[in-house]
Amino acid sequence: MGSRGSTLSKIPNVDKLMQETGFSQAHIIRLHDRFRALDNDEKGYLCPQDFEAIKELAMNPIGDRIIGAFFAQGPQQETVDFNSFVKVLAHFRPTDKNRPKESTSPDPINSRTNKLKFAFQLYDQDKDGKISRDELLQVLRAMLEMQVTEEQLESITDRTIQESDTDRDNAISFEEFRKSLDKVNIEHKMSIRFLR
Amino acid sequence: MESSFGCWRRGLVLMPFATCLFLLCAVVPVCDAAAGEEDIWGVSNSSSQNTEGQEQNNSGLPIVTFRWNHVQTPFLVSVWIIVGCLAKMVFELNHRVTNIFPESGLLILIGFVLGGIVWGADKKATFALQPTTFFYYLLPQIILDAGYCMPNKLFFSNMGAILVYAVIGTCWNAGAVGISLWGCYEGGAMGHLEIGFLQFLLFGSLLSAVDPVAVIAVFEEVHVNEVLFILVFGESLLNDGVTVVLYNVCDAFVSLGAAKINAAEIIKGIISFFVVAFGGALVGVIFAIILCLLTRCTKNIQIIEAGFIFVISYLSYLTAEMLSLSAIMAITFCGVCSQKYINVNMDERSVNTVRYAMKVFANGSETMIFVFLGISAIDPAIWVWNTGFILLTLLFVFVYRIMGVFFLTWFLNKTRLVPVETIEQVIMSYGGLRGGVAYALATVLDPVKIKEKNLMLCTTFLVIYFTVVLQGVTMKPLVKWLKVKRSAQSELKLIEKLNNRTFEHTLCAVEDICGRIGDNWWIRGWNRFEQKWICRYLMKPSARKSQDYLFGVFHQLNLEDAVNYVSEGERRGSLAFMRSEDAASVDFKKKFGTDMSDIMPDIMVNTDFNGLDVSMSSVTRESVPSVSLEIHENDTKNLRNNNDVNVHHLLQQHLYKSRKHHRHKYSRSHFSINQSEDEVQEIFQRTMRSRLESFKSAKMGVAPAKKISKHPQKDRQQKMSNGKSLDKSKAHPYGDEDFEFSDGNSASGGEAATHAFLYTTAGIVNRAFMPEMDTPPTMRTPPWLSQAETDGSVAPSQRAQRSLPWSPSNIRRLAPLRISNRSTDSFIMADCFPPTASSSGVA
Repeated sequence: MGSRGSTLSKIPNVDKLMQETGFSQAHIIRLHDRFRALDNDEKGYLCPQDFEAIKELAMNPIGDRIIGAFFAQGPQQETVDFNSFVKVLAHFRPTDKNRPKESTSPDPINSRTNKLKFAFQLYDQDKDGKISRDELLQVLRAMLEMQVTEEQLESITDRTIQESDTDRDNAISFEEFRKSLDKVNIEHKMSIRFLR
Repeated sequence: MESSFGCWRRGLVLMPFATCLFLLCAVVPVCDAAAGEEDIWGVSNSSSQNTEGQEQNNSGLPIVTFRWNHVQTPFLVSVWIIVGCLAKMVFELNHRVTNIFPESGLLILIGFVLGGIVWGADKKATFALQPTTFFYYLLPQIILDAGYCMPNKLFFSNMGAILVYAVIGTCWNAGAVGISLWGCYEGGAMGHLEIGFLQFLLFGSLLSAVDPVAVIAVFEEVHVNEVLFILVFGESLLNDGVTVVLYNVCDAFVSLGAAKINAAEIIKGIISFFVVAFGGALVGVIFAIILCLLTRCTKNIQIIEAGFIFVISYLSYLTAEMLSLSAIMAITFCGVCSQKYINVNMDERSVNTVRYAMKVFANGSETMIFVFLGISAIDPAIWVWNTGFILLTLLFVFVYRIMGVFFLTWFLNKTRLVPVETIEQVIMSYGGLRGGVAYALATVLDPVKIKEKNLMLCTTFLVIYFTVVLQGVTMKPLVKWLKVKRSAQSELKLIEKLNNRTFEHTLCAVEDICGRIGDNWWIRGWNRFEQKWICRYLMKPSARKSQDYLFGVFHQLNLEDAVNYVSEGERRGSLAFMRSEDAASVDFKKKFGTDMSDIMPDIMVNTDFNGLDVSMSSVTRESVPSVSLEIHENDTKNLRNNNDVNVHHLLQQHLYKSRKHHRHKYSRSHFSINQSEDEVQEIFQRTMRSRLESFKSAKMGVAPAKKISKHPQKDRQQKMSNGKSLDKSKAHPYGDEDFEFSDGNSASGGEAATHAFLYTTAGIVNRAFMPEMDTPPTMRTPPWLSQAETDGSVAPSQRAQRSLPWSPSNIRRLAPLRISNRSTDSFIMADCFPPTASSSGVA
């Protein structure tokens, strides 16, 4: 217990962090260990290179976008400290109905909307609040790899946009994005079991 | 004559039996039917045979004879099947009944009625479901269907929970029911029975299985959410295997006798339990691999490849049975593991065949099982009443199921990402329906070893009726009342699938960042392994290339669009617009080409495509040449002096049949629209030739346009027929010498004719259509107009004459009046459908 206490005490604002993210002490400690393991030079923060060192992540077709998401939380962020690291990961905490909702934060980080926002920003790289055709095409190209021809990719993209584009501006806004995923169980699909 | 009459008379003597039989539908089931039959008809049959023989000796050759014995068993089986299916049909006529009452329950009730009739007629339970019939002929296809149509991803992602329910839950049910009954018996609740502790356990184990047949039958109508469904369904599927194993172990213990059972035997029993269950699964996987490998190379015997699925799966069942492993597990896993690969390996039509055939078999035997569960009960011999035993069994079965589910779910929910809610647990425990397996196992009981077999059988019946009928009926209201999450039936959406994939990648990445091995890590690892190794060996190379899931979804959506497109066209009264619309989207100039084709009626006549062929034809059309010079020369030579009849004859010879004309050729091994290879080859050659030709003339700047008006009518006739004879599939109406033999020209002609109502014979022989180039200053009189002036009565061909009675000169005038006219439609449609939409529909 002593070590646990000491680890926790090293983290600034632990209580606030736990309250915001809903993580338990055990989770925070575990994540802190991981954070320090990623932080090669013991800088106390992570930079993109630290993420890129993760081998599997480099192979992930949208890995760079996910790394980008860690740095996109604040304005012009170049580094990630532990707090924002945990906050990003908190998006993937399963939503649970059993735990009483804190009245102070009506919309926890792992709410449906926030999960959707996280997914949305993976597409929306220029942060104009819209997924343009090009942005979608890029994602598709990365994920479908070499199995499909460019023409097919483009028609898939067009079709995808058509499906959700209600205002016919050839782009998907967040509202349209959310509406088109109405039937999808985001709470389950954007959650990881061990973060529970 | 006399003898034949005698035979008839004898037939008539037998007829009452037979007719009574048909009317009552009191016919033997499957299998041991014959044995039962012998008793009823043994006398009459043998006597009639004797007399028959005598009479035959007396009066020589009989013209017809009545030979019931020859066909008895298969005949009765068929009649029963029809009866079962008719019963199903009858109450499906009224949906109000099936809305309240589940089908399975109704079938059982019908079974009661039929059984009652049989009993009334024979005073004897003639027909009963035999366990061999059940296990070898009725059960396999149901399980196979369940495995083959299993939503794999859902199944494997909930595999842990399903296994826990199926193995631990079933053992718990068996043990708890058996021990509690024994306890009550010892406590004196049932009076005196000759049942020992082991027999109670055996009884408990045969009652422990939740029956997949009953569960599917009830839950399919209820539409609960998919996770709940897969939990109940997967459990019922796997625990059948478990139950049979448990049953066998207990049966072995009973045979062994309580005295000889020691720790070693019990341990052996436990080991055997796992070996049998997982060994069965392994057999299934091995056969699935064999099946996949087989379907890789069935390309040339497409017509029977569907048969492989059934036979190999059935073999897996029998093999497992032979090795005394769990056959149910084997066939389940055979279906589950092979479905993905065989579906891509096989031709699409074979896949559909398999799907439908499987549903037919499964649904049919399900019906039979329920009907016979009713019929078999009408036999006073098995009804041994023991209030204490029966009621306690019902109570324990019900209560322990609930306890088991709640305890196991509580345990599972600790780690599940999506916890099973309390309401769902209620439904799960309420869905513990017993069915055919329990009954069949109860019938297998050896009356020598188990003195109270009939009591057990009758209790099993009651448990089945209680669960299937009572719980089945109340299930739907309960689901509604508890507001269980229903399955959301959403339409297929590309964006959802795309996002699912994004989520998968995201979750994997986050797991990597967290540095922990989670579910997604395993899923990704498996996917990679599958991509790299399994697909390589089990999938056709061609199937492997085009298997991206997202693209598959895209393709499917497009297919749907195409179907909607067709139905939309039919709603508007004609599919004709499809042709031109379709052509327009594939190739701009083709649109005008097809438009023209009703101005040139002779070509239209034999080019009636049906809707499905449209897309194919539009593809092939491009490669169809408008003319081939060689043929053309021959034609001109031959035809110059011929009359219409000869023209027609020639047409018949040279014209390619459009695809719609199936050659009426019977073939057992091919079921396809036949397109001979010669034909393809020739089309190819002609295409190349014409391309070369048009290329040449374009290069030389020669515009070999001729003035139509100069041609004598007959000559023109020939030319036109030339064009037609060369034109395989109708696309190029203006395969006429006068108009150039290139697409470009026909297109230009079409445009001019339809828009300007004036025909131009531009001499541009470029295949690539250039609109600005084909409106030359000189406008010529359309051919038909010039022709009409000379001789309006001569139609281009006999065929054309037959089907298009109007003379060419008034086509234009009539065109707008014809409802299903292609050109008018096409122009309307061309406006309605923007080219982008249609192109996306075709792409």
